[in-house]
Amino acid sequence: MILDSKIPSGPLEKKWDKHIMDGKLVNPANKRKYEVIVVGTGLAGASAASSLAELGYTVKAFTFHDSPRRAHSISAQGGINASKNYQNDGDSVYRLFYDTVKGGDFRSREANVYRLAQVSSNIIDQCTALGVPFAREYGGLLANRSFGGAQVSRTFYARGQTGQQLLLGAYSGLSRQIGLGNVQSFPNNEMLELVVIDGHARGIITRNVITGAIERHSAHSVVLATGGYGNVFYLSTNALNCNVTAAWRAHRKGAVFANPCYTQIHPTCIPVSGDYQSKLTLMSESLRNDGRIWAPLKQGDKRPPNQIPEDERDYYLERKYPSFGNLAPRDISSRAAKEACDDGRGVGETGLGVYLDFKDAIARLGEDTIRERYGNLFDIYHEITGESAYQQPMRIYPAVHYTMGGLWVDYNLMSSIPGCFVLGEANYSDHGANRLGASALMQGLADGYFVLPYTLPHYLADVPRDPAPPTDHLEFVKAEEDVVERTNKLLDNNGKQTVKSFHKRLGKIMWDKCGMARNKAGLEEAIKQIPELREEFHADVRVPGTVKDLNQSLEIAGRVADFFELGELMCRDALAREESCGGHFREEYQSEEGEATRNDAEYAHVSAWEWKGKDQPPEHHKEPLEYESVKLATRSYK
Amino acid sequence: MNIFHVLFKSSIGKKVIMALTGIILFGFVIGHLTGNLQIFSHPDKINAYAHFLESLGPALWAIRLFLLAVVVLHIWFAAQLTLENRRARPVGYDKQITLRATLGSRYMRYSGVVVLAFIVYHILHFTVRMTHGPEAYPMTILADGAAVRDVHSMMVLGFQNPLLSVFYLISVGLLSWHLNHGLVSMFQSLGLRTRVWTGALEKVVAAICILYFLGNAAIVVGVMSGQVRIQNPQVAGYACRTNCEICGARTAEAITESAETSEDNQS
Amino acid sequence: MKVTLRVWRQKDSQSAGQFEEYDADGLNPNMSFLEMLDVVNETLTEKGDEPIAFAHDCREGICGTCSCMIDGKPHGPESGVTTCQTYMRSFKDGDVITVEPFRGSAFPVQRDLITDRDAFEKIMQAGGFITARAGSCQDANALPIAKDVADLAMDAASCVGCGACVAACKNSSAMLFVSAKAGQLNLLPQGQPEKDSRVLNMVAAMDEAGFGNCTNQYECSAACPKLISEEFISKLNRDYLVASVKGLFESKAL
Repeated sequence: MILDSKIPSGPLEKKWDKHIMDGKLVNPANKRKYEVIVVGTGLAGASAASSLAELGYTVKAFTFHDSPRRAHSISAQGGINASKNYQNDGDSVYRLFYDTVKGGDFRSREANVYRLAQVSSNIIDQCTALGVPFAREYGGLLANRSFGGAQVSRTFYARGQTGQQLLLGAYSGLSRQIGLGNVQSFPNNEMLELVVIDGHARGIITRNVITGAIERHSAHSVVLATGGYGNVFYLSTNALNCNVTAAWRAHRKGAVFANPCYTQIHPTCIPVSGDYQSKLTLMSESLRNDGRIWAPLKQGDKRPPNQIPEDERDYYLERKYPSFGNLAPRDISSRAAKEACDDGRGVGETGLGVYLDFKDAIARLGEDTIRERYGNLFDIYHEITGESAYQQPMRIYPAVHYTMGGLWVDYNLMSSIPGCFVLGEANYSDHGANRLGASALMQGLADGYFVLPYTLPHYLADVPRDPAPPTDHLEFVKAEEDVVERTNKLLDNNGKQTVKSFHKRLGKIMWDKCGMARNKAGLEEAIKQIPELREEFHADVRVPGTVKDLNQSLEIAGRVADFFELGELMCRDALAREESCGGHFREEYQSEEGEATRNDAEYAHVSAWEWKGKDQPPEHHKEPLEYESVKLATRSYK
Repeated sequence: MNIFHVLFKSSIGKKVIMALTGIILFGFVIGHLTGNLQIFSHPDKINAYAHFLESLGPALWAIRLFLLAVVVLHIWFAAQLTLENRRARPVGYDKQITLRATLGSRYMRYSGVVVLAFIVYHILHFTVRMTHGPEAYPMTILADGAAVRDVHSMMVLGFQNPLLSVFYLISVGLLSWHLNHGLVSMFQSLGLRTRVWTGALEKVVAAICILYFLGNAAIVVGVMSGQVRIQNPQVAGYACRTNCEICGARTAEAITESAETSEDNQS
Repeated sequence: MKVTLRVWRQKDSQSAGQFEEYDADGLNPNMSFLEMLDVVNETLTEKGDEPIAFAHDCREGICGTCSCMIDGKPHGPESGVTTCQTYMRSFKDGDVITVEPFRGSAFPVQRDLITDRDAFEKIMQAGGFITARAGSCQDANALPIAKDVADLAMDAASCVGCGACVAACKNSSAMLFVSAKAGQLNLLPQGQPEKDSRVLNMVAAMDEAGFGNCTNQYECSAACPKLISEEFISKLNRDYLVASVKGLFESKAL
């Protein structure tokens, strides 16, 4: 298989315009004859579905939630980047592009990222027009803040709930199209299989999670905007229903999976408090502007934090990175916390935590100022832990937050299955090995509002204007049978162990062996352990209930089954990438000071994996990354 | 969507009708109380006032019909809203606690029903005059010689009945309570209640309701305490046996005389 | 700690339901209420019983999926939080906790503690939007919006669409939801062209869905996990009246 990125020729800043000009169009009168299935209604899915419907295509939108508005885009707190340069502080399309490529540790496609930076401005215009209540200054103009260590203020935000507000904007547009009848909405429907006919994606099989009905839906094209797969780690900041199933089913039908090992670990989350924990909660990174991170100097120091004297504290980030200190990038701060805990100096009941201390900031600025800046975050912390961060330091620990990897797509956002497009976190396209803060929302909306509406017609123009294939086509029958068989097998298994117990065990392997730091031995062990656990799962899992009812255990069981296969692939990818870059840190490849060491000569490529069957190892493809405009540099935060 | 549909069919429209009819009825009860408070002054005052109202003839009937329509609308929509609200949750919760709703707001329909019962009785008592024998509805002669209904005595006679007084006190008490929610609620339903002045509005409304209750209660207390007495000698329980300052020229003889004169005139 | 749960169990929308009692033992006060249900469900599954179905997703109080009447109050005893952000430390050892689904004609129970809130979708589809075609929008700063207006719109926009307002209202009224959604857009200059049709259509959709009427008691606002003010209901009433009356006198294009 040759992975053709279809990146247009010409200078970087002209590529997208040229591509639009070169693309084929669909006659306005013919648009309604094309049916498009959009799976997922987060930022990418909702914006894509509504934009395509506005253009005149016949759209069907699917989500397993009871409402499109519940997609996990909702949880993003910080903001959305755009190169508006409203602050007159030197931002530009090129700077946003460069920061994003550098932040991604030079493992993303130049052309894609440049396009992202180009359309970022339009996103802010679009969202504002839809009524997103972005923060404003007293003069009525939009406010910005600097975020995630960026040196310019280019982040737009809506209190601490930018993700929710942007999604509500996209959702309102989608709702309008549903009301007009241009989009047919299928809430409560989970995609369980992709249907490929003659090599082209032509439909999906869904299960209605309320009635249990398994249904076939055909179309001329299928758009997957189904989010990330951080829940393979069991505990993450992802919503509990986030999963890889839709993407994984496409992968098994021929869509290659790119860079699955790139995982973003966020350094400031509330630590696990016990075995019952179901979810990790992120505390905004902004806390690091005033908080100081430390761990006790002595191993196993169980004294309450306020009784540990100054000279027995290790402010390790300030010690190791004197110039960036507590503001070191996410991956670096996360690893440093892990090191301290691995060294036996972790705090809290579990020993998996470090302190984020506001004592000095409170002494310097006063409690009122701190309350004004972080009051809502301190409240969340208090809600969850019952502790007051005004009186004692917060406990924090890194947690899985975002997955940069995903289905491989070309410049048109089309996967290696023709007709199957992948948007948002579900694709791998724009963040390289590490995503910058406030870039995820930008990418989701860019894909849906301003990329797919231009690239999808180029594909559809060559598709015959016949009605979408009939759902009694053999491939639909086979796909449905497959879903029914898989489902029944899980239900009839009658084992002893619960789905959740397996998920936890898988998560532990992934976190220990393929988490913040990876090494060859660990990964090889995981590649052995995961299939064993998978076998055990299929032999001994107990899924109560029936397929005909609302059955949450069944839903999770199907997702966990796919997580097993994905987890193994992630480990394979991590093993194959013998370098450290961004969210992928191989212990063997670090400098003497413990910094990640990239290997640009051998690994400046996209790793893409092709499914070869259940008992076959996947085939490894490489798409070389060519840098025409940017010089590869080593990140330094000393 | 035409305005009638909006007002009579939509949920918000029905609330607007409740608010508008409520405002009218509020105006009425305040006017009614103001009229009643004349009982503390010379009997002629209130009797003349009542006579004036009666003398309006067709206009009085127009007002009566208008008020009746308003009451009917208020009740009709209250009933409709209540039925709709019941239909909106046919299966209730096993357990539901009240978070913020005031007691008065939760018992509007009960306070409303009691007030309605009172109004019906009140109309039968004083307007239709059928709850008591003829001795309860005396006539009197005003200073200008006009023979009019002695509303003053009618009221005093009424309030001399402890049962009626208690019923009255309960009813106006509940009405005050009803108004306490209703008056603030009107502003909400008409979209005029904002955070800026809600606090002040609630205090003013509470004060109005308390004053309204006290004003009504004062009449009962006045009668019960003997402060307000029957001054018509033809009425059983005639209490004014001396030519005190209040009665002035209206001694018993004077009243008898003018009554005879008027009888003569009539015959 | 240990608590006893009285949980509403109902197979599907067609079946009758009833309360079942479950003991939840060995709990940690730092568990969330939903994590406590997870533990109960694990035990039920191991025993071969069907676990309790409950709606949940983000578990950080923003997606609005979780619901449940907990001891007679939507989202549990604390104020201004969702069920997923309710922690067991809000209960006492030995408590008997009654857990019911949100109820209402417009909110039919689908299973156990899961309620169908599709009526909200219908309301949104009727008018909860500003028509703005992708690609045709002016520069975001071309339309300044005073900070206090933007902040007030943001207050309304913080609605997570959980339905606690409907659940708490003794009339199952959806006024707080509709007023927050319409209010946000009606406050902003971008929302002005569709302001009148928005309120008329959204209220019509709300009425059609079978929600009850507002009796101005503001239980909704007290139960709202984002504590959205009932002032928006007042604004909705005003906008609705203005829109209706204006309709009488405005000239219409052919």
